[in-house]
Amino acid sequence: MAKIASSFLDISYLDSLSCQQSPVHRLDPRSKVIATAFFIVSVVSFGKYEITGLIPFFLYPIVLIALGDLPLVYLLKKILLAAPFAVFIGMFNPLIDRAILMNLGPVGISGGWISFASIMLRFILTVSAVLALIASTGFASICMSLEKMGAPNSFAVQLLFLYRYIFVLTDEASRMVRARALRAFEGKGRGFKVFTSMIGQLLLRALDRAQRIHLAMRCRGFDGEIRVSRQLAFGGRDSAFLLGWSTLFVLMRLVDIPQWMGDRVAELIR
Amino acid sequence: MSHHIVEMKDLHYTYPDGNSALHGVSFRITHGETVAIVGANGAGKSTILLHLNGCLIPETGTVRIGDFPLTRKTLEHVRRTVGMVFQDPDDQLFMPSVYEDVAYGPLNLGLPLEDVEERVVQALSTVGMLHLKDRPPYRLSGGEKRSVAIATVLSMSPSILVMDEPTSNLDPKARRQLIHLLKTFEHTIILATHDLDMVLDLCSRTIVLKKGRVEADGPTRDILQNQELLETCRLEKPFSLQACPICNPA
Repeated sequence: MAKIASSFLDISYLDSLSCQQSPVHRLDPRSKVIATAFFIVSVVSFGKYEITGLIPFFLYPIVLIALGDLPLVYLLKKILLAAPFAVFIGMFNPLIDRAILMNLGPVGISGGWISFASIMLRFILTVSAVLALIASTGFASICMSLEKMGAPNSFAVQLLFLYRYIFVLTDEASRMVRARALRAFEGKGRGFKVFTSMIGQLLLRALDRAQRIHLAMRCRGFDGEIRVSRQLAFGGRDSAFLLGWSTLFVLMRLVDIPQWMGDRVAELIR
Repeated sequence: MSHHIVEMKDLHYTYPDGNSALHGVSFRITHGETVAIVGANGAGKSTILLHLNGCLIPETGTVRIGDFPLTRKTLEHVRRTVGMVFQDPDDQLFMPSVYEDVAYGPLNLGLPLEDVEERVVQALSTVGMLHLKDRPPYRLSGGEKRSVAIATVLSMSPSILVMDEPTSNLDPKARRQLIHLLKTFEHTIILATHDLDMVLDLCSRTIVLKKGRVEADGPTRDILQNQELLETCRLEKPFSLQACPICNPA
């Protein structure tokens, strides 16, 4: 359980990163959200055997992490944590797609392996970009900017509440698990039956709390809409950030830069 | 000023699960009074508080807040007049930052942004928490959370403050600070609590509940000296009224 509790501590660490001051942090969240969305669409839209074309895209997360003064090792660990999902998505490709597409000396590399590598690259790119976005912006600001850009209010509010109460819920869960651990001996009292009743208990507590929160909201005039006073200012720097990156993404999507560079180098050698 | 009057007349309430909580509660609290509602667990304290700002609507009997009887129609007005501080600040602080949480009520009242800001700054300075305004509420200490929860209500400038167990889970220093803070308020204050020492410090009047009925209602000093009454209501003399065990061992 200590593990669960500490991984949630990690989330709040991610949150505290967003309170730093840096050129990236000072940007309007909207420009970062749109640029990142642009980035993800460009990365995902490549063909399934693409590898070289993806490499230049590493520029974006690297620049965000460097300028935003974000801890690289921590973010890498977070990426690793999500890696199994991507591995499971791609793991059958090498088994199914056995056509040899490329020869590296005597070793033939099948299309499956190439598409697997491509999936992993895209995974690393997109997840690192989103993590850098959250770490440099903060979850709440992202929700606000979504709302300002026209996402349904209820959607943004759901996300906000999810994030707000995940801390309370883990707190409650870890207290229950601790209470169980203190009275469970030699493996007794840790069985599935106890677990299910704990989950049920947690659900009931969450429902109770939801009801109390709703009451507290009603007492302060809640009428179905959350009003937010946070003012966002979209300035010249934000437009420059957004325009610059999205042009670069389009360019990198249309031109295979490593290929192009390789050709130039080959020409020079010749 | 009649709009600060809180009046309950013959209030009955039975929870949907059949658990009957109140059997004819009546009292009248006038402007500027600080009143404690005390009683054993399950005596009906929380149920009364929930009626005071319309979280529960009276079934039998009436609740009057100022000039208005509490009904579904007057709910909005009542909620503007009565500020409720919940027992668990985590229930009350749901916005991503302290500032936004305190601004939540005023924004819902439809105030212009400048007024909202002024109120937020005012409310946070009153409880001494202005320096925390950009922090997320879940990263505050228990005492800070409590103060901010009070600020979220103050920012709506209610004339009546209702608090459920304001000193629970606070360390002695934070508790003392809260008591000092509450002493400075000119609102009508209604507290439900088990902290009888605080009651003695803060409240001029005490209402004792027993099994859903008002058992006693009078000046705090008289009630908290009445050993017999306290014992039948599962209460105990506050420590500050008990003899010192070191100076006068029994």
